[in-house]
Amino acid sequence: MKILALIPAYNEEKTILHVIEETQRYLPDADICIINDGSQDNTRAILSRQKGIIALHHPYNMGIGGAIRTGFRYFIKNGYDYLVRVDGDGQHPPSLAKMLLEPLQQKNADLVIGSRFIKREGYQSSLGRRGGIKLLNILTTFLLKEKITDNTSGFRAYSREAVNLLAEDYPFDYPEPIEVYLLHRKGLKIKELSVKMRQRKGGTTSIGLLHSYYYLIKVLLTILVNFIYGGKK
Amino acid sequence: MNPYPIGPIQILSILFSFFLLVLIVFLIRKKKIREEYAILWIAIFFVFLILSLFRGIIDKISLLLGIQYQPASLFLILIACTFLLMFHFSLVISDLKKKINAMASALAILEEGLSQKKDLPS
Repeated sequence: MKILALIPAYNEEKTILHVIEETQRYLPDADICIINDGSQDNTRAILSRQKGIIALHHPYNMGIGGAIRTGFRYFIKNGYDYLVRVDGDGQHPPSLAKMLLEPLQQKNADLVIGSRFIKREGYQSSLGRRGGIKLLNILTTFLLKEKITDNTSGFRAYSREAVNLLAEDYPFDYPEPIEVYLLHRKGLKIKELSVKMRQRKGGTTSIGLLHSYYYLIKVLLTILVNFIYGGKK
Repeated sequence: MNPYPIGPIQILSILFSFFLLVLIVFLIRKKKIREEYAILWIAIFFVFLILSLFRGIIDKISLLLGIQYQPASLFLILIACTFLLMFHFSLVISDLKKKINAMASALAILEEGLSQKKDLPS
């Protein structure tokens, strides 16, 4: 059973080592793959000194979706069975990664999402963003007729079937809500588990508030286009 | 009697259309522009040229579409052509972006594979 822990990182020199160390501690059997998405800080140098990890460096910043897709390709190429994503900024607690992988190993799900909003514990994101998150959750729940409480959480675990499906055509930025949509359409099982996230330890968020609304519009466009197109088939 | 006497603006637009056409052919020969991107331009130049040569066409189109002010139909045609070109560019850019990202992805994976090989004791 080969597990790949995927850690996307963009300018995370302050937190990346801590995340790697924690992931190694809680997932000792997993291979750890860090996607350095064109960081301008010392992330690259720090990673190249680190032993026992797989570091993939993008020549320029591609966005979170591009980073995840590179990870998916690496996963497929090297024949892994399960993938768990832990962000490089330290918001996702690696101690809970094992819990996300369990439903996959028991064949109860193909995608497991760590949700902040089931028990409303831990870091809940800023007020401005929560509005956007809520809108996406309502839309997804309405379109899929399946309750999704935290569609934007990136703390997720995937089965090989899920990765194979998503790697074909993956959105470049803000891919999480679209992921849920694509998998649901192909009839794969999605499960949510409650997690307690932490506030980011260092670095700056990759998406500012104004930007996050621009992304929101993009995501809505993609979801709606997919819905109309998918509905006709 | 010819209802459309040849005016200076007509000569100017005919000359300009020809100039653009020659420019495009020149650029294709110099391999500065790829044929597939030049085709749309050439098609649009032919539209310009025909409209400059036969001014009656504009009047006919205006009548057909119910446009009172003839130059407005000319602008309509020009804007439609411009939109078509811009749309074409968006398509090309999206396709390029997709390909570049796929390439960068592959490069990152390749690079890692190489560095692993270097670390192995020989």
